[in-house]
Amino acid sequence: MTEPALDRRTGESPVTPLVQVTDLKMYFPIYTGILRRHTGDVKAVDGVSFSIQPGETLGLVGESGCGKSTVGRALLRLYDPTAGQVMIGGDDVTRLQGEALRKKRPQMQMVFQDPQASLNPRMSVAEIIGEPLLEHTTLSAQERQARVFELMDQVGLNRRFANRFPHEFSGGQRQRIGIARALALNPRFIVCDEPIAALDVSIQAQVVNLLEDLQDRLGLTYLFISHDLSMVRHIADRVAVMYLGRIAELSPRDALYDRPLHPYAEALLSAVPEPDPAAEASRDRIILSGDVPSPANPPRGCNFCTRCPRVMDICRQVKPELLQVEPDRWVACHLYTSAGATGTGKPSSTNDKTRIQQGEDA
Amino acid sequence: MFVFTLRRLLLAIPTLLVISLVIYLLVDFAPGSPMSEIPLTVPPEVRQKMIAALGADQPVLVRYLLWLRQFFWVEPAYLIDGWFGTHLAGDEQRILSWQSRSPVFTIIGQRIPQTLTVVGTAYLVGALIAIPIGIYSAYRQYSWFDQLGTLFAMIGFSVPTFFTGTLFIIIFAVELGWFPTKYDTMLNVTDWSSFLTQLRQMTLPVMTLGLANAAAISRYMRSSMLDNLGQDYVRTARAKGEPERTVVLKHVLRNSLIPVVTVIALGIPSIFGGAIITENLFGVNGIGAALILAIHASDLPMVQTLTFIFAALIVLFNLIADILYGLLDPRIRYD
Repeated sequence: MTEPALDRRTGESPVTPLVQVTDLKMYFPIYTGILRRHTGDVKAVDGVSFSIQPGETLGLVGESGCGKSTVGRALLRLYDPTAGQVMIGGDDVTRLQGEALRKKRPQMQMVFQDPQASLNPRMSVAEIIGEPLLEHTTLSAQERQARVFELMDQVGLNRRFANRFPHEFSGGQRQRIGIARALALNPRFIVCDEPIAALDVSIQAQVVNLLEDLQDRLGLTYLFISHDLSMVRHIADRVAVMYLGRIAELSPRDALYDRPLHPYAEALLSAVPEPDPAAEASRDRIILSGDVPSPANPPRGCNFCTRCPRVMDICRQVKPELLQVEPDRWVACHLYTSAGATGTGKPSSTNDKTRIQQGEDA
Repeated sequence: MFVFTLRRLLLAIPTLLVISLVIYLLVDFAPGSPMSEIPLTVPPEVRQKMIAALGADQPVLVRYLLWLRQFFWVEPAYLIDGWFGTHLAGDEQRILSWQSRSPVFTIIGQRIPQTLTVVGTAYLVGALIAIPIGIYSAYRQYSWFDQLGTLFAMIGFSVPTFFTGTLFIIIFAVELGWFPTKYDTMLNVTDWSSFLTQLRQMTLPVMTLGLANAAAISRYMRSSMLDNLGQDYVRTARAKGEPERTVVLKHVLRNSLIPVVTVIALGIPSIFGGAIITENLFGVNGIGAALILAIHASDLPMVQTLTFIFAALIVLFNLIADILYGLLDPRIRYD
């Protein structure tokens, strides 16, 4: 189930991935009854594996409640994962405890979804950005201030705002504060948890361009969590599509957007609006029926089997593993396993129309 | 902020005038009169003279205006005379208690130290106990400590002070004999041993009142902490790699204290009001006890003056709470 370590950007010889996630599980226990007995779990993340190369951006997409944000938080140990391994820069983050974990934090940071709520309302910008420096470095007060100014310059915030409070800024500016804060300790890996979801469309592009810019300058590695498929297409090198706590498909960006393999990825991508009205009018949307099953009680077989337009018998029985079906393309679907393929034959001949209409190369 | 404060202070003037009139009318219309204290054997014309001497024969509005003049002009003048040795007040009539014929403010001056030491200490002790309990209860929500804290708060809320006070007297004074049953107002703290005696006699009333105060404040503290512990910025602080101590005591606590500090500030006027029941129970001759006595004796000037002072303090501490809110929370600006 582990992927080969290939540098996706250059396609060259294997390098060690910066982030290697193996079979990550995050269950939230449910307690019911008078005695508050443990009667089940919400399986927010149920066996997720992927790796991210240094300097790469992995997009993580999926609908609300599919566990994207939970993956991001569990990766940085903002949750304690139930099972699995998360290697970041050679350390298993899930095993680190107390002081060791705290010392690890400068290497891995997060840009949060809600830039308003994620900043302490009683701290000024300089305090917010400078706090990690105070904790993890031995800079003098002057050096610290110089670093805060440098960071503010990097994210395009005016230095004069250093003593203002978060509520005095616009949404986009607040997100810049959040990014400057995340950058303060020169992290190698940043989880961007829907960093643009709470922003105005006009500001979204600014923030995404800033993130790309910083990546080029500082050699950052991103896990970019979003439900905005066009934004992910813009920024990501590879994209993982999640559904109900599991990865459905993990493919290079262009390949995925040209020709999604997993039926869910196909349905999801068919929802991306087309800017050209003529193309938009003839666009074939795959509209799924039914609701997402409860993550507390997922289906026995494939998580998507209740809504899949191409469901087979085996899908209801056996959970498909995430397997490499084409070079660099990983899919968890029985359509691509020998067990499934014998049942229905090759699936590749269907949905040509959709593919062509979405096949505008970015 | 300055303009806001000034505006609020100016607005307080009509508010307090209306309050004083309402109190005056209420006290005046209440059943019972100072005349009932005069024995029936006194002849009617003498009785009439006594009433006239008290000034109680005037119409209510005249008496109210006279009281206003005494309260806002004569009494401050006497106060300044007392401080600087001037003669601003001349020989103007002060507000006199109908019971003792001595100035009301002299009585208040004698009694307020008792109230402030006992009730004030109880409030302070209550807050100091409650804040750590609230913090830890919220941090370990539903732990046995939290359950115990909840039980403690429930007891403090639901058991009245006349019960806990009596219980404490029975257990700690009668059975164990650790503390005296009565508070000795005449005790002068002059040396170490008299200070210890003072501490011992204060313990029971302070515990009784402190329990009730701590119950309320610990609940406020807990819910405010819980509110903030769930906020996104706490996750940010953890992601920064701050030690847990810093996360809780710096990020969460400072934000949680904002509403608690204002609740505490709003509770301060009640210290001056004294604790009527507890003061009576332990024989602390404080303001609360004075008020009860005055009400029993239909001592109109005393009741009127005391209640009006309480009202003024409440208005004042409301303003202070608002100002504190503005100082503590940068999101709130008054201008």
